[in-house]
Amino acid sequence: MQEIKASMAGTVLNVMVGEGDAVTAGQELVMLESMKMEIPIEGVEEGTVAEVKVNVGDFVNEGDVLVTVK
Amino acid sequence: MNHLEELLSSRASEVESGGAEKYHEKLKESNKLFVRDRLKLLFDNGDYMEDGKFANHLAKDLPADGVVTAIGSVNGEKVCVMANDSTVKAGSWGARTVEKIIRIQETAMNLKVPLLYLVDSAGARITDQLEMFPNRRGAGRIFHNQVKMSGMVPQVCLLFGPSAAGGAYIPAFCDIVIMVDKNASMYLGSPRMAEKVIGEKVTLEQMGGARMHCSTSGCGDVLADNEEHAIELGRSYLSYFPGNFHKQPPHLEGKLPSLEKSISEIVPENQNAPFNMYDLIDALVDKESFFEMKKLFAPELITGFARIDGRVVGLIANQPKVKGGVLFVDSADKGAKFIQLCDAYHIPLIFLADVPGFMIGTKVESAGIIRHGAKLIAAMSSATVPKISVVVRKAYGAGLYAMAGPAFEPDCCIALPTAQIAVMGPEAAVNAVYANKINAIEDPKERIEYVKEKHQEYKEHIDIYKLASELIVDDIVPGSELRHVLVDRLSYYESKEVEPPSKKHPVYPV
Repeated sequence: MQEIKASMAGTVLNVMVGEGDAVTAGQELVMLESMKMEIPIEGVEEGTVAEVKVNVGDFVNEGDVLVTVK
Repeated sequence: MNHLEELLSSRASEVESGGAEKYHEKLKESNKLFVRDRLKLLFDNGDYMEDGKFANHLAKDLPADGVVTAIGSVNGEKVCVMANDSTVKAGSWGARTVEKIIRIQETAMNLKVPLLYLVDSAGARITDQLEMFPNRRGAGRIFHNQVKMSGMVPQVCLLFGPSAAGGAYIPAFCDIVIMVDKNASMYLGSPRMAEKVIGEKVTLEQMGGARMHCSTSGCGDVLADNEEHAIELGRSYLSYFPGNFHKQPPHLEGKLPSLEKSISEIVPENQNAPFNMYDLIDALVDKESFFEMKKLFAPELITGFARIDGRVVGLIANQPKVKGGVLFVDSADKGAKFIQLCDAYHIPLIFLADVPGFMIGTKVESAGIIRHGAKLIAAMSSATVPKISVVVRKAYGAGLYAMAGPAFEPDCCIALPTAQIAVMGPEAAVNAVYANKINAIEDPKERIEYVKEKHQEYKEHIDIYKLASELIVDDIVPGSELRHVLVDRLSYYESKEVEPPSKKHPVYPV
């Protein structure tokens, strides 16, 4: 199971995938906003989205799991 | 040949063949080279002059006491080399091994030439520890010498296998560590020791693998695909450096950049949209001249050597594609080390700024981002090589300072037309100053209009021409002319000579 984590503290601006979606390697899964910049969070390997753990507007800390991909 | 010379020849060949055949077989299985084959690839024409070949000869099964120490040429320049032989007791250190290493260091200091450490060693021979660990000319002296030599001559580590326990300090004191993926490793305690002494169970790669060190710990600078690649990288690295600190870096023939795209096209006007700083670098530097340091570590800051019209420069650039280009604890450390390395060997520094500032929040505060950032700024401030600050896009707050802002006496601070220098960005500033007024507006549409208006006012307030008018920046330059401007300025700044203020040494933030 891949755990896709926040690379830095910030808020969830947009969630681009839903549970069950097929995703490719390196696909942008979540967009964070931090330090007034858009921070794309990409997956690593291809797979299927198992769980989306955050909602738009949530604060996340560096290292928090945003999405799991199996 | 007479009888004595025949004896010499046979004994020399025996020593040169290293350890037992089975250990050579093991090397091949791990895609590793025999030490003398590494030296053949490293040195020009495979030639070198060896000292101490017959070390520990009376022991019969410890040829050269497991290390080759030699002088030869690389790229036509003299260098000294220490290279462990892992076919001899796993490259472990006995008393004579250590003495040979200390002597080649002394040689490098006397001749004022670079020293390369080709490391592949299991560490100290515990059986010999009294003779090689605690004494004045024991292993500790190797590290003491490395510190003495640091900044005098380049010290390069090529890590081909383990560098265990105390031995891990050889890479630690080098200017650059090139590690072979999947084979190189470094750790103070092996996984076996960790399991026995603290109860932790992990693999070799997890504890101290090359990839971990090049991407997470920051102890490694370059990850090589294999041994030949590592040696090639070592030779390439040396081509950017003078042989010692009395000389200037080699100035080669200039080449045009590889990227056809103009810098004006690469940098977006929208301050918050990411662009790839590597594209800008490719459009700026001589084709194929970029040698990156710590590519996999703190990628939000790019550090690397390059040539601009044949002249060596050190580039430090924010990467907006990673974490918005924000500076973190690791990026601060990465930048500080790189700046010091360039300054030690007269390599001019070029800062390419597109930085929203240093990261904020509890995670980084407890990690000490303030003192790490101060470390970066201290290194930049005390560098006396030509320093050119280019404000590519935004440069907010302490980010401006870190990227050699005007107060730190760069030889020039120049801006692209997209430059936006401010204590903070429009969104944060407007929020800070007008928060109460904004919240007092009931209608959401009106509120958005008001905020937009304030953003526009702020942008006019920090308009780059205003800053140029106040001599905050020395010039505004279109992206398409940036390379040309840098070529000329680097040539003018060649004669820069600044005496650091008289004192024993600064008390650097760590």
